[in-house]
Amino acid sequence: MTVAGRQRNDEPILHVEDLRVTFRTAAGPAPAVRGVSFDVYPGEALAIVGESGSGKSVTMLAILGLLSGASVTGSARFRGTELIGLEPSRLREIRGANVSMIFQDPMTSLNPVLSIGRQLTMVMRAHQPDLSRSGARARAVELLDRVAISQAARRCDSYPHELSGGMRQRVMIAMAISNDPEVLIADEPTTALDVTVQAQMMELLADLRRDHQLALVLITHDLGVVAGATDRIAVMYAGKVVEYGSVEALFADPGHPYTRGLLECLPRLDIRHEVQASIAGVPATPMSLPPGCPFSPRCKYAQPSCSEAEPVLAPHGQTLVACSVLTGVAGSR
Amino acid sequence: MKRYLAIRVAVMPLLLLGIASIVFIVSRLTPANPLVSIVGERNLTNPTIVAAAKARWGLDQSIPVQYAKYMKNLLHGDLGTSFTTRRPVLSDLWDRLPATLELTTAALCIGVLFGVGLGVLAARHRNTLIDHVARFFALLGSSLPAFWAGLLVLYIFYSRLGWLPGPGRLDPRATEPGRITGFFTVDTLLHGDLKSFKAALLHLILPASVLGWGVVGIVSRLVRASLLDEFSMEYIKVARAMGLRERTIVNTHALRNALLPTITIVAFTFAFLLTGAVLTEKIFSWPGVGNYAVEASRKLDFPAIIGVTILGGVAFLVTNLIADVIYAIADPRIRLS
Ligand SMILES: Nc1ncnc2c1ncn2[C@@H]1O[C@H](COP(=O)(O)OP(=O)(O)OP(=O)(O)O)[C@@H](O)[C@H]1O
Ligand SMILES: [Mg+2]
Repeated sequence: MTVAGRQRNDEPILHVEDLRVTFRTAAGPAPAVRGVSFDVYPGEALAIVGESGSGKSVTMLAILGLLSGASVTGSARFRGTELIGLEPSRLREIRGANVSMIFQDPMTSLNPVLSIGRQLTMVMRAHQPDLSRSGARARAVELLDRVAISQAARRCDSYPHELSGGMRQRVMIAMAISNDPEVLIADEPTTALDVTVQAQMMELLADLRRDHQLALVLITHDLGVVAGATDRIAVMYAGKVVEYGSVEALFADPGHPYTRGLLECLPRLDIRHEVQASIAGVPATPMSLPPGCPFSPRCKYAQPSCSEAEPVLAPHGQTLVACSVLTGVAGSR
Repeated sequence: MKRYLAIRVAVMPLLLLGIASIVFIVSRLTPANPLVSIVGERNLTNPTIVAAAKARWGLDQSIPVQYAKYMKNLLHGDLGTSFTTRRPVLSDLWDRLPATLELTTAALCIGVLFGVGLGVLAARHRNTLIDHVARFFALLGSSLPAFWAGLLVLYIFYSRLGWLPGPGRLDPRATEPGRITGFFTVDTLLHGDLKSFKAALLHLILPASVLGWGVVGIVSRLVRASLLDEFSMEYIKVARAMGLRERTIVNTHALRNALLPTITIVAFTFAFLLTGAVLTEKIFSWPGVGNYAVEASRKLDFPAIIGVTILGGVAFLVTNLIADVIYAIADPRIRLS
């Protein structure tokens, strides 16, 4: 099959289908994720990009059962095991052991009153009860070394406030890989870091992927980060995937006007920018979804029919695009 | 940190002198006449007796002179002589302090143990029946007057059920253990007298529970609130994402942070109870500082009043210092700065 630029027959390690998340808020139900589907194959890297509020984080949190106050429907299968609705204790065993997640802000992601080593060993012992204290500690030092923290043995006894943001994110990564997971979800892992550190972090993630056959789901709103680091991309807007395809195809021939908009926002070396470009208009929010295509109010190519029915993903060029103008496939009402 | 603590300790005597001065001046400015309790109402009209008493207690001198004398004595560790017991105030306090310390320590242990437990329970089951019951229990503890709660538990557990002994530190006819620490529960053990130890411990339960109940109220609400604060922190979400057990997340991750503000409150409560456990000591005939303070203020026994106040000041300063040290040990961000 050639769906979204893949030509492999192996089973996806993570299979997400028609995932929907609706928050119960004081102002009524807020549909933050509205039918998202994607696959992650062993060892592969998938990027999920989109503006703030498009539902990237909520999608991942829902898969891991980390949302409260939300109704989650649809399916997310890890190696065939359905995660949605799985009993909490089973889900806990999978989190951090098979599927790990790291977050945007390394400054607040670690407990300020526990040492780095303690926090690392806690994560290991949560999934490997037989691991001795000394064994866990030795492994913690090894892991810190692996994520390129110098003087790992000494750093083990450090507290988070003694480390820089970049080092803390490395510690987070060490934690996330401490139980040899097969999937690592990284939610904007570099956003809070200096530009130079960002590059190092992406390099580290690439190394780990190669060495551990780790599948990576990289959430970002920066398409620039995506190019060298991932195999495929899912572009999200207003709780839906609006374009899905291989990195090469999507960069070479973006279909959806939103994707094109994102690509135009990239700072390019060959063009001198006075102001950073951005897509005109404000992003749609769960509480204020326009009728039909949620992007139509901001779309340069919008037609009257666009606000009538919501488009569905359909092949266009090398990618799947949710735009009825481009694909000619009528949407659903 | 060490430097900071050294300064704190060095400033303490100055603060205490300040406290002593204020209490001294306030006591001399009150319109009440302590001679009433010194010589008795009948003798107030007898000028010879009054003059003799004034001279005996130094009340014939001007207030600045009295103040200077008092301060001079204070610097030598002399708190003056009580009008009523006619003994040095320091000895009076020294005799009564262990009873109060023992009661307060026991109350604090009960209060912190149950307070933290109840707070954790309430936070984990927030807005459920468990939370509401915990809130009601806490509210009751901190709003029931001690004499009411004291009488209630005495009635139930002593009069009706007979499970626990009545007022006092030991049975009325029992002899006190020879003083080593002054804590009956400790001294009986040190003397190897298990029977008396049991008696002392049983006598301690009711007053300590009444006093501790109030502490449970304060601590449980505080722990609940700060735990809920911690639950919304990013590192808790991370701990969940890493697959830690909920128990570990609460007890090791969240509670560690949530207990930090509790340390200071517990220290304050301890200092407060040292001189403020008046009603409980009264109901349970506990021969402690609280009882002494009541008597002293009833009789306008100025030296005793000032003595108790200074003791309260010392308690606040010392417990605060200890709280800061514990805080620094518990919070690495402070420890290393
Ligand atoms: N607990 C919640 N209750 C109600 N609405 C929520 C909650 N969490 C998220 N949302 C809403 O869901 C939508 C998607 O949020 P999400 O965090 O997934 O965005 P995102 O794509 O990750 O954006 P960012 O780039 O800012 O991280 C947003 O509109 C947000 O307001
Ligand atoms: Mg996000």
